[in-house]
Amino acid sequence: MSQIMSNATPETSAKTLLHIDQLGKRFGGFVALDGVSLDIPRGQRLGLIGPNGSGKSTLVNCICGALQNDTGDIIFDGERLNGMVAHQRTRRGLARSFQLPRPFMSMTVAENMRVPLLYTVNARPGSHLSHGELNDRCMELLSLVTLHEKASHMPTDLTQVEMRKLELARAMAAEPKLLIADEAMAGLSHSEVEDIVALLIRMNERGVTIIMIEHIMRAVMTFSQRLAVLVSGRKIADGKPEDVIQDKEVVGAYLGQ
Amino acid sequence: MRTPVFTLILVLISAALYFAFRAIGNDYLFFAGYTVLQYIVMATAWNILGGYCGYVNFGSAGFFAIGVYSSVFLHTLAGSIDDVMPDVLIAPMHAIFPLPLPVMVVVGGVVAGLVGLGMGYLTLRLRGVFFAIATLALAVVLETIIVNWSFVGGSRGAYVIPPNDVPFFGPYIQFLFVLMLILVVLALTIARLIERSRLGVGFATIRDDELAAEASGVPTLRLKLIATVVSGALFGMAGAPFPYYIGYVEPGSAFNLSYAVNSIAMPMIGGTTFWAGPLIGALLLGTLQQVATVTISSAVNLLIVGLLLIGFVILAPKGIVGLWQKWMGKKVKS
Repeated sequence: MSQIMSNATPETSAKTLLHIDQLGKRFGGFVALDGVSLDIPRGQRLGLIGPNGSGKSTLVNCICGALQNDTGDIIFDGERLNGMVAHQRTRRGLARSFQLPRPFMSMTVAENMRVPLLYTVNARPGSHLSHGELNDRCMELLSLVTLHEKASHMPTDLTQVEMRKLELARAMAAEPKLLIADEAMAGLSHSEVEDIVALLIRMNERGVTIIMIEHIMRAVMTFSQRLAVLVSGRKIADGKPEDVIQDKEVVGAYLGQ
Repeated sequence: MRTPVFTLILVLISAALYFAFRAIGNDYLFFAGYTVLQYIVMATAWNILGGYCGYVNFGSAGFFAIGVYSSVFLHTLAGSIDDVMPDVLIAPMHAIFPLPLPVMVVVGGVVAGLVGLGMGYLTLRLRGVFFAIATLALAVVLETIIVNWSFVGGSRGAYVIPPNDVPFFGPYIQFLFVLMLILVVLALTIARLIERSRLGVGFATIRDDELAAEASGVPTLRLKLIATVVSGALFGMAGAPFPYYIGYVEPGSAFNLSYAVNSIAMPMIGGTTFWAGPLIGALLLGTLQQVATVTISSAVNLLIVGLLLIGFVILAPKGIVGLWQKWMGKKVKS
């Protein structure tokens, strides 16, 4: 975790971590993404919002490799990702959490954490964590999300918010450069939302660039240094959060013209 | 326990079993024991794909039959070199053939492993019940091919007469028994190695959630292919000595549904997440079937399997191993 650039903004940071160029994806006749372009500098906290069905999840799935984009390019850390399957992208430093938590149900919380360590961190050249180091890393990350006391529990013992935390911690265990949190707070209470926002900011302070997809505006405004808005598969606004939410087109898309 | 120690213990138990049977001096023990051992290999083979990865293979009999028929093919070939081979090849072929049975076992394993790889590529994008149906279809396709392939006997079947006696072992069945014991040691060692390695963790993530596995960096397709190859190869190896055991093979016996049913039922009854599960299931069911064959009738075998399977699915879905772990867990807590 060398570069800590928690205050990086589009203006101050020159180095782009993720460059998305004219991304397109169709499902039959339905155009889910219609030429989306987005540049994300290292260390940034980007909020991505948009009404239901606007293509946010499709965009995440295309970036992470769960879906392959039809047109356009995804350049991550100087490398073209087009055509790569999900695990190859994860190994290159692109992690995600799922909208609905998907823990490995037959494994304990700690064993869940070991999976990305074994298959991502230890799969990178020149990196081999011993058994002890793996356990230390698991516990360290679980403490970060305050789940260390539940390390030997099964996922079925966890509450909703704990599941979300496990989801984020497991994504972090892959030592990502970019973390995409896909609605990590949906359905949580007020204080739980604050908890998760604080957690994401802590992760960002460790040098991880984060894209947060969220409907809860309070969380979005606290978290984001920059805000992008997706409507009907197109990006209609991108900039400082306080400017973007006053943008006429954005207000129109959410409230109706 | 380290793997070499584990394997050594298995070898010692196997040796003790062999010499105990030999001391009793009844060849029937070897005949019955061979079948039980064969089921241990098959149950373990099934479990590597079905238990560890969660991909239910209904085509077990097909993979088993690939092993059976690769041996029948090699055996028939050895007997007809002068008829089917071009002149230049006759002399070198005679030098190689007939192949020793352990080599045939390896051949059977390689062929079945390759078919497993092919099946993996074609079907592993299917999940759940669709994958199961595809494997069933594969077995049917293979059976149709064999029925129409007269070189290996077609629907008539083929006679494969084993040699009478072999040095050291005496009766041929003792040799087959020891060969199958070696395969049991091999299969259990492989299963345990997988369980304790990174591969085992990867297999479990596939069973739990493939999308999350990919997102965590697990190369799911490659791992599934490894599982189909290893599983298929073990089935093929279990099948390769079968023609020499039974003496006469026809498609109906090699592709028998009971192989598919047994290799699913045994791990399910024993427990699918632990290498000992298929072993316990196969020992229990296999022995029970052998006893039933002698005391009642071989026709009740599948009935026993069916009833036990229903009982376990309802009362102990995690099998005997699961029951034991639950019991041990309670003991620790109290």
